[in-house]
Amino acid sequence: MTTLPATTPKKLGLAIDLDTCVGCQACVTACKGWNDQGAGLSDQDPYGADPSGTFLNRVHSYSVQPIEGASQIVNFPRSCLHCDDAPCVTVCPTGASYKRAEDGIVLVNADDCMGCGLCAWACPYGARELDADQGVMKKCTLCVDRIYNENLPEEDREPACVRGCPTGARHFGDFADPESKVSKLSAERGGFALMPDLGTRPVNRYLPPRKKDMRLEASVLAPLLDIKATGFAGWLDRVLGKI
Amino acid sequence: MTVQPKIDLSPKVSDEVRRTTCYMCACRCGINVHMTSGKVSYIEGNRDHPINKGVLCAKGASGIMQVTAPSRLRAPLRRVGPRGSGAFEEISWDEALELAVSWMKPLRETAPEKLAFFTGRDQSQSLTGWWAQAFGTPNYAAHGGFCSVNMAAGGIYTIGGAFWEFGQPDWERTKMFVLFGVAEDHDSNPIKIGLGKLKARGAKVVGVNPIRTGYNAVADDWYGITPGTDGLLILSLIHCLLQAGKVDLEYLAQFTNSAFLVIEEGPQKGLILKNAESQPFVIDRRTGQPAAWDGKGVQPDLGATFQGNRTVFQHLAERYLADDYAPEAVAVRCGIPAARIRGLAAQLADVAFNQAIEIDQPWTDFRGNAHSKMTGRPVSFHAMRGISAHANGFQTARALHLLQIVLGSVEVPGGYRLKPPYPKPVEAHPTPHFVSAPGKALSGPHLGYVRGPEHLALLPDGSPARIDKAFTWENPLSAHGLMHMLIPNAHAGDPYKIDTLFLYMANMAWNSSMNSASVMEMLTDKTEDGDYVIPRIIYSDAYASEMVAYADLILPDTTYLERHDCISLLDRPISEPDAAGDSIRWPVVEPDRDVRPFQTVLLDLGARLGLAPMVNADGSPKFKDYADYIVNHIRRPGVGPLIGFRGDGSDEGRGDANPEQMQRYIENGGFYQAHIPTEARFYKPWNAAYQDWAVATSIYETPQPYLFTLWSEPLRRFQMAGEGLGAYAAPEHLRERLKVTMDPLPVWYEPEAEPEYPLHALTQRPMDMYHSWGSQNAWLRQIRGKNFLYLPTKVWQAQGFQDGDYARVTSRNGAIVVPVAHMAALNENTIWTWNAIGKRKGAWALDEGASEATEGFLLNHLISELLPDKGDGRRRSNSDPVTGQAAWFDLRVKVERVGPRAASEPVFGALPRVVPKGEERA
Repeated sequence: MTTLPATTPKKLGLAIDLDTCVGCQACVTACKGWNDQGAGLSDQDPYGADPSGTFLNRVHSYSVQPIEGASQIVNFPRSCLHCDDAPCVTVCPTGASYKRAEDGIVLVNADDCMGCGLCAWACPYGARELDADQGVMKKCTLCVDRIYNENLPEEDREPACVRGCPTGARHFGDFADPESKVSKLSAERGGFALMPDLGTRPVNRYLPPRKKDMRLEASVLAPLLDIKATGFAGWLDRVLGKI
Repeated sequence: MTVQPKIDLSPKVSDEVRRTTCYMCACRCGINVHMTSGKVSYIEGNRDHPINKGVLCAKGASGIMQVTAPSRLRAPLRRVGPRGSGAFEEISWDEALELAVSWMKPLRETAPEKLAFFTGRDQSQSLTGWWAQAFGTPNYAAHGGFCSVNMAAGGIYTIGGAFWEFGQPDWERTKMFVLFGVAEDHDSNPIKIGLGKLKARGAKVVGVNPIRTGYNAVADDWYGITPGTDGLLILSLIHCLLQAGKVDLEYLAQFTNSAFLVIEEGPQKGLILKNAESQPFVIDRRTGQPAAWDGKGVQPDLGATFQGNRTVFQHLAERYLADDYAPEAVAVRCGIPAARIRGLAAQLADVAFNQAIEIDQPWTDFRGNAHSKMTGRPVSFHAMRGISAHANGFQTARALHLLQIVLGSVEVPGGYRLKPPYPKPVEAHPTPHFVSAPGKALSGPHLGYVRGPEHLALLPDGSPARIDKAFTWENPLSAHGLMHMLIPNAHAGDPYKIDTLFLYMANMAWNSSMNSASVMEMLTDKTEDGDYVIPRIIYSDAYASEMVAYADLILPDTTYLERHDCISLLDRPISEPDAAGDSIRWPVVEPDRDVRPFQTVLLDLGARLGLAPMVNADGSPKFKDYADYIVNHIRRPGVGPLIGFRGDGSDEGRGDANPEQMQRYIENGGFYQAHIPTEARFYKPWNAAYQDWAVATSIYETPQPYLFTLWSEPLRRFQMAGEGLGAYAAPEHLRERLKVTMDPLPVWYEPEAEPEYPLHALTQRPMDMYHSWGSQNAWLRQIRGKNFLYLPTKVWQAQGFQDGDYARVTSRNGAIVVPVAHMAALNENTIWTWNAIGKRKGAWALDEGASEATEGFLLNHLISELLPDKGDGRRRSNSDPVTGQAAWFDLRVKVERVGPRAASEPVFGALPRVVPKGEERA
């Protein structure tokens, strides 16, 4: 059993815009590429019948049927939400899972992880994956090795998934600061926490899809005049008279 | 609380960053390749690069897995067993090149047309075309004919530029963006970046597409149109706009041929009326008299009638105002209610005319008229293969350009903007060159834009000069050739037999052919004498694709991180609306095997063959390798493949070859941009400042101002031949078709009806795969290693489909049995799947049990390259009759539930392996 910090001065996390995400999977492999360095994220049977590997971020597409109107597709990126009440941390028997006191990022200390999988079981979001080769739990680190990295240009000190996102649907920042870009975006766009009823208090926010397929008025196109009544010549005179 | 471990927050990232150009698809994004201990350790987007501005797609970020893919070929191979048996022996490069020369040289000396050189998804067509021209064969093209020539030709014949990557919406200013049939894998980062900008400021995005995935999933409004009816919908929108008078008359009068006069009667009927100097003219509203079309101060009268001849505008208004185009008349066919069509037209009109924008930027037009502002209509469009891969795709592309034009939204602020070398009128393009003679080069480039029947590639006896029958009466404007007809025609000996098929990066034995199973048979078919019907096949690829097994000689290519390339203004550059741009690749790592860049090999072959532009006076090779060619080749005086750092390094566009040029590109991040002056950034076809800049930058040799072509004379000339008018008589059996399809105004006609097959079947490519390449990538195949046939609710429910089911899908060409899934956000008469996920067993170094090879499937087996036989013995290609674009998306099928299965059908035998099966990841 591992304890959580009572509060953290920063709450770093992601605001993910579901109105903008086209489901392109760029964040998935940007994440894989960055985090495959160092200890790495292993892949099993990569060219075989049943390949599987460790990914810290995956994108799913869901079908949504509104009460009225056409069906829709919502693309939904899924990764650790860095919860304030992270059940994956409190369930950890070795102390390997922890939430950083300074910025709220939830991490796994690989040296202490014995790969029991309790945390993955406790996480209601399916955000943790056991690396089958290394036998330790892997999860989104919010690229903690990028965001403070003095070897990177300042503009690159953001998570790889944010830097790489082609539509700019992913935003990184401090939700503890109401003036931060992510706090403001979330406020403006009705950002929501995933499954808040579970009491995990996620830091990440999803910005909901805007309302789609509005009914339209054709009034702008009220015809100039009744073509059949005046004929083409009348129409032409009337239209060209506008020049 | 637990003590937190100390972690290194500033680990070293890499030893070095090498900036080059991606090639995981055709986007040409800039990438930072991080190198650690001499190996590629991480790839990210280059923030300075004009195409991707730092972002990178799923494929690009997986490039590291491409270099280490086990599917990579290792050395040149010579076939030693029967074709398709996989029996190859490794040979040296010298042996390989001498073998190729021993096949090609006799052909060049006797009958150059017997070498057919076709390239797939390469980006070096200015080199490969130049090589084929020097060889002297008329049989050269790249893959545009089965890709999207309708997009290119429909655009160039109308606005002098096209959709695809050749232009883009004014992302910064547009308020309403409408996408038609956009493939999500092409120009994909620029479109995604643009969509992100629109979304960030809440601009409206409209999707017109039978399938609501990807970009259409985030569209604010979605029109789930029935495939092949986009043109009808567009003309109905034009009907609504005309009816309401919501068209930009000033724009039409000034910048299009709307005010030209159409000859009403006589042998010249339907051509544009010309004056004594053979120039078209307009009636000036100020005087009521004829005036020069490009005269200063002239106010062209759209409503004029001169000696009984009416303007183009009157013809088009009369046509599209007809009841045939009323929303109520097209709604059922398009699958979109009339009220929604009117609603869309109303929105377009509202944004274009009630929300017009102005930029405080004076400019001068080509007539010499000064303008104090730039007015913009902030409506923009984009379209891709969805509208073009139909037999009516050319005219549909033209219709969409017409819609943009009547809204006044092309090349204006907020509208659709072209990228250099476009705009470029048809007249500035070459016509096709095809006359071959033993030992001689062709007199000009193969591919071009015909202006009339006089430019068709026909031999004196009227038979096709080209193996693919491009530029014939069957498909006169086939500006990109018909690669999909190459193997079927070569096999049929129609129009003639060839000897050697030379292919680069084109998976013709699998996902790049229609009717793949038959094509495989054609490749192995023998004559009664026991010889192969297609005698010799040379193939170059970097990977063990399905095509490799069918070649006699394999020239193994490098990957994109191990080679030089140029992305050239002579070909498909990386320009932006505000800048001409080109770029390079350079070897950021050396290959670890006996492979060579194909372009270097091609130059070597050319030198060994003694092709004039590739040898010095003493017969020695003129170019050491492709990099040498990129820097030193001079296409026209002062003009080479790259525009940047010419001469002493400070020349832009024109200048002598600079031996330091490649190094300067590398230092500059792998690209160069020539920025367009502020006053020249809009109205480019008519903007005097742009025209001058374009000449200085080597885009044109002289200023080329022109008017947009609403009424197309080249089309009318072919239509006349169908009507029996004019000097050229079309073959009798094609006359009716020419009359309908070669309409000088955009027209919609229905692809061949197949009432027994009620459903439309489509493929699209995911944003995370490029053609067949993704399956060999350890990361990408985990994202999409299996494809389903997606069925709309109506079909799903009618037959009681359940999860886990398979369906038998039947077309007139055959049947496949494939796994299905339900998708509600889909046109109710359309089924679809992801393209090229299915793989043949044994290919791409995958396990034979790989899902791509068991459950994965292709729709290609259902698509015939020929239209149904009409009993007259004629082979008619399944293509747009205007351009020869492969009509993939005209596929019609029926579907039957067969219950759960374990594997798709048809099942093909495993291909013998040319590389070992992949095991562990690097």
